[in-house]
Amino acid sequence: MTALLSSNIVQTVLFGAALLGAISGMLGAFAVLRQQSLLGDALSHAALPGVCLGFLVAGGRDLGSVLAGAFFTGALAALIMQLIVRRTTLKTDAALGIVLSVFFAVGVVALTYIQGQGGAASAGLMTFLFGQAAAILRSDLWIMGAGGLAALALVLALWKEFKLVSFDADFARAQGLPVTWIEGALTVMVAFAIVIGLQLVGVVLMVALLIAPAAAARQWTRALGSMVVLSAAFGATAGALGALISASARGLATGPVVVLIATAFVLISMLVAPRRGLIWQALAARAMRARISEGRVLTALQDLAKAHDDTAYKAERGMLNTALGAAPHAMRIQALERRGLIQQVTHPPETTPHWELTKAGHAEARALSGTRTDAGKDTP
Amino acid sequence: MIDAYFASIPAMIMTTGILVGASGALLGSFLVLRGNSMLTDAISHSIVLGIIVVWLLTGHLTGPFQILGAAVTGLLTVALSEALAKSGLVKMDAAIGLIFPALFAAGVILISLNARNVHIDVDTVLLGEIGFVWLHTLTLGGVRIPVAVATLSVVFAVNLAFVLAFWKELKLTTFDAGLAAALGLFPGVLHYAILTLTSVTAVAAFDAVGAILFIAFVIVPPATAYLLTRRLWLMVVLAVTVSVLSCVTGYLLAVYWNVSIGGMMAAMTGVWFALALLLAPGRGLVSQALRQGSERLDHDCRTLVAHLYTHQDSPDMPEENTRRALTDHLRWSEHRARATILRALDRDLIERRNGLLALRPKGQAVAEGIFARHHKSHTA
Repeated sequence: MTALLSSNIVQTVLFGAALLGAISGMLGAFAVLRQQSLLGDALSHAALPGVCLGFLVAGGRDLGSVLAGAFFTGALAALIMQLIVRRTTLKTDAALGIVLSVFFAVGVVALTYIQGQGGAASAGLMTFLFGQAAAILRSDLWIMGAGGLAALALVLALWKEFKLVSFDADFARAQGLPVTWIEGALTVMVAFAIVIGLQLVGVVLMVALLIAPAAAARQWTRALGSMVVLSAAFGATAGALGALISASARGLATGPVVVLIATAFVLISMLVAPRRGLIWQALAARAMRARISEGRVLTALQDLAKAHDDTAYKAERGMLNTALGAAPHAMRIQALERRGLIQQVTHPPETTPHWELTKAGHAEARALSGTRTDAGKDTP
Repeated sequence: MIDAYFASIPAMIMTTGILVGASGALLGSFLVLRGNSMLTDAISHSIVLGIIVVWLLTGHLTGPFQILGAAVTGLLTVALSEALAKSGLVKMDAAIGLIFPALFAAGVILISLNARNVHIDVDTVLLGEIGFVWLHTLTLGGVRIPVAVATLSVVFAVNLAFVLAFWKELKLTTFDAGLAAALGLFPGVLHYAILTLTSVTAVAAFDAVGAILFIAFVIVPPATAYLLTRRLWLMVVLAVTVSVLSCVTGYLLAVYWNVSIGGMMAAMTGVWFALALLLAPGRGLVSQALRQGSERLDHDCRTLVAHLYTHQDSPDMPEENTRRALTDHLRWSEHRARATILRALDRDLIERRNGLLALRPKGQAVAEGIFARHHKSHTA
């Protein structure tokens, strides 16, 4: 393993994969917040004809022209989608489906055309379908690094604008911001993120690298800044881990592995994230249910005390059950005792345990029933 | 005759394509109208996992088990996405974008790991092998029929029967789900019925066109038909027609250029869509542009008569009521001034009098109408 890690090629691949994952994760955060996940899917499929175009123009697998081609057809797809949505009555989802499938079909045609022309280099094109991190070269790192820096600079420079448009486009428009341009810039960035990630996960699964890190990051934080940073970190981790696993197994494309890892991040985040996570929510709901049933025991004891005009009225289990209409769980009684709100007493000559409200219990019950009578007054 | 038809390879390939397209278009018409186009994307990707899992369990790559098993995966994708969106942790678009890439990635990894045993490789998953459908045949009534043609014929018959039998219900739930529910129909049941049939069709079409090109067959022909008509039955008929046209032209072009047949058929659906988008009578981009140009010219004519009306019988009339004033004062281009004057002459709004432009009675009335309305709106 250490021998594997110290290898020059492996270092390049790992670093490249992490870089690609980080950039896609960072930019994907905006796509998820603006509910444009499926636009990402359409644009990534639309990158395939561009990859082929770049290949045909450059006459080989030159990363720069392949990525430029992918960016060109991705942007063209976004424009056509806008045209369909604005000028026809077709819905957005239909426009997405049309752009996605037709561009991909054209890409398939171009791909088979290139294969038909022969040449050993054309095999390299297939790696853009499902991604192959192992194909990342040291010289590619410069292009990716430059692209990543450019994206980062754009995000930092337009941070305030991006934030406003992502969360409240109407308010941004009212403030006089050029919202259409900013939305355009954000869409261009989604296309850019896709182009950057193509080598790692390929056109087919790119949408997951765009969405999954951001969706995972969203569970942990409510602030845009930390969400973008976390999303980039998740993307980088998934990219590096995926590259490592796919490199150690023969014939395994990187894309599917990266996607499964990123999806695992989402599932784990959805389960355990504080406050938002499902486990946290379930615990909170349970605690709330317990509080409510304890409150009902307290007010029932208070009502009984009032009815008998005896603040130290001692109620037994059966009376409580009747007053509440259901048997309170023994755990709730114990919890109330622990909190010092009720105490267990004996009421000779009876031998069964009885309970009465303590001083604190009376205060708590007053507070609870006080709100209840107030609410009752408001709605006659 | 029949033997010759079933023995002809081109006829069998085109028939397969047409059956995929027609089966898809029948369902796609409703998916497009209901705004569920992207669910096709999700379903057609995730059936890959179903196909490979059923193969691992039963060893069958075709047959009823295969179709049922994979159809379940398709439905599972939709159900999981909807459940995820309902949890409130992610929005619907992100939920779709998380679930299907994960299932698809798992399917692709399973195929890669079992590549030596399964005779489907990862490329087939994407592109299909419609060119080889005639390799697997079965004998029916003494005629050798490709398995894909037989399976797809059954699927087409089922889809057609479904659409005809539930025509009224489909129409109502598509256009007014609320009313349908109030009348005691079950929009939810019908929704899942459509998605089930879509999954089944996707599985049956998988060998021929793969997972992604299938989307083009389902969405694009109905979307094309939708641009041409507002009558539901005509839309369905036109959608099927567009599928047939795409398959025939796609096949011929694919053979001519020696490229992927499935890809070319799917790309041709895009060409027909583009033609409809441009040329649809009344709604196409060309008639929109023509109408816009004509309306702009009409508006310019109104500006012209208003301009002439304001300055007629005033001291600056010799200077203002000329063609020069239109270019110099109103800043119109030469072309615009000329076109407007020609149309105004044509409509008998103005005439040339003593080298000046002057209003005809009709133009006078139009100008008075403009200023009367203008005046009224100010006093109102």
